[in-house]
Amino acid sequence: MKKLINKIDKIVDEMLDGMTAAYPQYVKRLDGFEVLVRASGPSAKVALVSGGGSGHEPSHGGYVGKGMLDGAVAGEVFTSPTPDQVFEAIKAVNGGKGVLLVIKNYTGDVMNFEMAADMARDEGIKVEQVIVADDVAVENSTWTTGRRGIAGTVFVHKIAGASAEAGLDLADVKRVAEKVIANVRSMGMAVNACTVPAAGKVSFELSDDEIEIGIGIHGEPGTHREKISDVNNIADKLLTKILAEGIYKAGDEVAVMVNGMGGTPLMELLVANKHVKKVLDEKGIKIAKTLVGNYMTSLDMEGFSITLLKLDEELKKFLNAPADTPAFVQF
Amino acid sequence: MASGIYECLSKISEKITANKDFLTELDREIGDSDHGINMARGFAAVMEKLSPDESDIGAVLKKTGMTLLSKVGGASGPLYGTAYMEAGKVMAGKVEAAPEDFNAIFDAAIAGIQKRGKAVKGEKTMLDAIIPAKETYAKKISDGANIVEALEAACKSAREGVEYTKTIIATKGRASYLGERSIGHQDPGATSSTLTLEAILDYMKSK
Repeated sequence: MKKLINKIDKIVDEMLDGMTAAYPQYVKRLDGFEVLVRASGPSAKVALVSGGGSGHEPSHGGYVGKGMLDGAVAGEVFTSPTPDQVFEAIKAVNGGKGVLLVIKNYTGDVMNFEMAADMARDEGIKVEQVIVADDVAVENSTWTTGRRGIAGTVFVHKIAGASAEAGLDLADVKRVAEKVIANVRSMGMAVNACTVPAAGKVSFELSDDEIEIGIGIHGEPGTHREKISDVNNIADKLLTKILAEGIYKAGDEVAVMVNGMGGTPLMELLVANKHVKKVLDEKGIKIAKTLVGNYMTSLDMEGFSITLLKLDEELKKFLNAPADTPAFVQF
Repeated sequence: MASGIYECLSKISEKITANKDFLTELDREIGDSDHGINMARGFAAVMEKLSPDESDIGAVLKKTGMTLLSKVGGASGPLYGTAYMEAGKVMAGKVEAAPEDFNAIFDAAIAGIQKRGKAVKGEKTMLDAIIPAKETYAKKISDGANIVEALEAACKSAREGVEYTKTIIATKGRASYLGERSIGHQDPGATSSTLTLEAILDYMKSK
């Protein structure tokens, strides 16, 4: 394993200090905790707290700032943060209008965030939660934990964050977040797996001509393996599965995200995006906004995911609202 | 008089730490490569918090649970944290564990894990080791066995439970995303639970 690290068990700590060193105008760290909050402190609006394991940078701390998150909790690499950390974040960002937790649907994340929500409610803080489950690679049945939350979570941060900034109350911000969740779907693939520093080796092995389809964002293997083909063909496979959900129809307006998994050249993401636009154009699905880049990564994994979000007027308004954060700036 | 709970937890900590890489490797196959790392980090913090002269078993178990909850993360943190805290409740104020106390500990820990994880037996989780172990333990005790004999049999049932997890599809946790590809792999949580029971047995034998 070759990695740019000092001490493996200090990597999250040092990353967070690196964030505050780079973006003091946006974020500050809660002393003694793996939590980044807005440098400006709490304000009289609904606050959003997100988080999860580390290794998804710029998620989640990169989205702390005006128009998106108020706090982000960083767990160990790919490991959900603990309830006490989430609880501290809730207390620090609460401006009296309540706190919405944005949770990705992973067993550990849900358990730890729910325990933190209970602790906060015991102290009289209004807390609600939404659970993002946008990954169509996972069958949504009683036989699984349910669909994972992946890159579509960034749209929840953006849109629910803008709605909170606009002054909506907690119930309404939650409603907006749930509308995003109901209309967002994603699917990803890997050309090469990632290496968790503490584990020291790749999370799964692929031979030179193999790719893994349907991966999550924690180096967990996907639904199946196949021979590599050209990127148009791979993008088609991901899109076909997303479109089979029946949410996106001719005449609909969507937002598109072609998300890099951390180790993918932007050049390749742009090539993939060219094909995504072609397919959606052919289907008469209108693209209102496209994001291409590393938004929800998986350390050094090579690969990408595609996300579609169906928009209505309300979602479009909040998607296009200003945001000013380390990783997402929009005027 | 010291209750031995510190020594017992030392044994658990040593066993988990010695198997850190093994547990992580099992998790790499069907999960996210961190089970051993997280559990070892949690128990290192537990041993830092505990002192050898604490003898209230309930208080020590509670402290262990709260430390695991705040240091392990993932799903294992809340699950093991809850199990130890619930076990702590039934042992509150006690300085000695009678045979029937282990029944109560098993029941409380299992109820806590089920409440937190919303899982039942047969879903390729830690419950597939702990529930058979608990059933065997209870039966052995009612048949007149002593604690060591009953725990020995319980550990055997737990190991069989781990073997059983190789044959079934995971329907809880990250391994559930693999569907049928999870077959053939043993569950890391069932494995760490079995190691825990074996460490308790080692301690009881050494007493």
